[in-house]
Amino acid sequence: MDFSFYFDLPLWIRTALQGIAVIAVLFPISAACSMAERKVAAWVQGRPGPNRAIVPWVAPIPFLGRFLQRLGVFQLMADGGKFVFKEDVIPGHVNKFYYYIAPLLALIPALTTVTVVPFGAYWDAAANTLKPLILADLDVGLLAVFAISSLGVYSIIIAGWASNSKFPFLGSVRASAQLISYELSMTLSVLPVFLWVNAPGGNGTLSLFDVVQTQSEPGFLGGMWYLFLMPLSAFIFLVALFAETNRQPFDMPESESDLVGGFHTEYGEFKWSLFFVAEYAHMLVGSGVFTLLFLGGWNPLPWVPLAPLIEGLPVWLGGVIGIGVFLGKVFVAIFFFMWVRWTLPRFRYDQVMKIGWQKLLPLSIANLIFYALAIALIETR
Amino acid sequence: MAVIPLERKPLTFAERTYLPQIAFGLKTTLRHLVTPKETLEYPEQRPEIPAGYRGVPTLVKDPNGREKCVSCQLCEFVCPPKAIRITPGEIAPDDPTAHVEKAPQEFEIDMLRCIYCGLCQEVCPEEAIWLQNQYTMSGYTRAEMVNNKERLYELGGTLPDDHFKWDKKKSAEEQGNAH
Repeated sequence: MDFSFYFDLPLWIRTALQGIAVIAVLFPISAACSMAERKVAAWVQGRPGPNRAIVPWVAPIPFLGRFLQRLGVFQLMADGGKFVFKEDVIPGHVNKFYYYIAPLLALIPALTTVTVVPFGAYWDAAANTLKPLILADLDVGLLAVFAISSLGVYSIIIAGWASNSKFPFLGSVRASAQLISYELSMTLSVLPVFLWVNAPGGNGTLSLFDVVQTQSEPGFLGGMWYLFLMPLSAFIFLVALFAETNRQPFDMPESESDLVGGFHTEYGEFKWSLFFVAEYAHMLVGSGVFTLLFLGGWNPLPWVPLAPLIEGLPVWLGGVIGIGVFLGKVFVAIFFFMWVRWTLPRFRYDQVMKIGWQKLLPLSIANLIFYALAIALIETR
Repeated sequence: MAVIPLERKPLTFAERTYLPQIAFGLKTTLRHLVTPKETLEYPEQRPEIPAGYRGVPTLVKDPNGREKCVSCQLCEFVCPPKAIRITPGEIAPDDPTAHVEKAPQEFEIDMLRCIYCGLCQEVCPEEAIWLQNQYTMSGYTRAEMVNNKERLYELGGTLPDDHFKWDKKKSAEEQGNAH
């Protein structure tokens, strides 16, 4: 296939098209995740879950139509349509400007972080290297993800404050405290990975693509995923990720049982669904980053890098395989999120703070010191 | 009373990290994820109605197609929420069942009042009113929720009869021994 016409387009049109393409994929996936969440919840609880909605022109298809109906695929469309066409109720006591702007702010960091997360790789025959499929291959990579994704807390604070009522406010205060507490351990937990990636004397990088590249090298240590090399880092990162994405068991901002609906109590219809999609987009990006850092990105198996597998294939096929492997891992991670959510009860607020500051933070510092010493010993030997 | 002192062991290190418990919980939920579902998918799947179930009260006919109710109105009097309203009527003299003498002209059960207690069934000397298996009763108006005689027979249908009381009575009368 010949794609040269595409590369003749002006750069800004290309980046715009790529951006729209990524959002056009990310948005439905986030929505589908909310559906998957309901199905997983149902299955864990011994229910079949939503399985009735069907569109008339799919119903007559034998087997497939029935299968899709049982899977609840169309429930998603029904719910989405409902959100769009519901009456737009604005409570009388809210600050309208900030009330409107909060759901949009929730979406912005969630969709912005995607730009620096590589979601696949293709074999560039001309340069004879593996190139990332990414919107913006920044050197600051992970730093940009951390910097932007932590802006998400603003939307929660603004939503809670603009709602001008007690429960949303409490929810947003809790959320901000929680996000700040866990950000530290999260950042400290990935430092050993980058200490290991940035060998002394080489070019320093925080790029997520380079992290995956160092997991695709030959040899026992080179092909090893960082999950096996640094299990404690992976564990701390995962726990902090649960807290950062406000998932159970760190579901402080929402806490249905003690805060009604948390920060989005006063929100309804489409604005509420924006918060929802933003939460899942955060989860997707978080799982993506976890996959890149600790699960070898697009490498199908530990010690089996992608590059030799797709070297001979057409460029587009290799790219699709890379994206497929990566998305597969991300979906496994997302399933793990849901699995944990429907297994664990919520921590109490004081327990959340205690785990964050008294357990996870010292642990991540100890982890950092241990790996710093170990890496120093290995590299200088 | 014996006091049994329970030793409260301090949590072990593993327990304080929550992790073994979390792994155990994940195992449990994973098992539930793949086990068959408990849900009865209602309109397609119906529950099995146990014997002696008290559903909507209905009127029944005997196997010969004779309506069993003789409009004695005992059910109307016993009905605690006063849901039953019977208008007694006579059976025409040329009817093959004329010897039964009476049958309801109209028989109404207001299902908005009925409490499904089953006293009407219990009190009926003719075994004519039965609370059967029908458990979904719905309507759009109050009027629709009142079952008239026609509807009650439609719901009730025919039940087997052990006695054929009135047939025996008639043949006894014809053969000259009234009792």
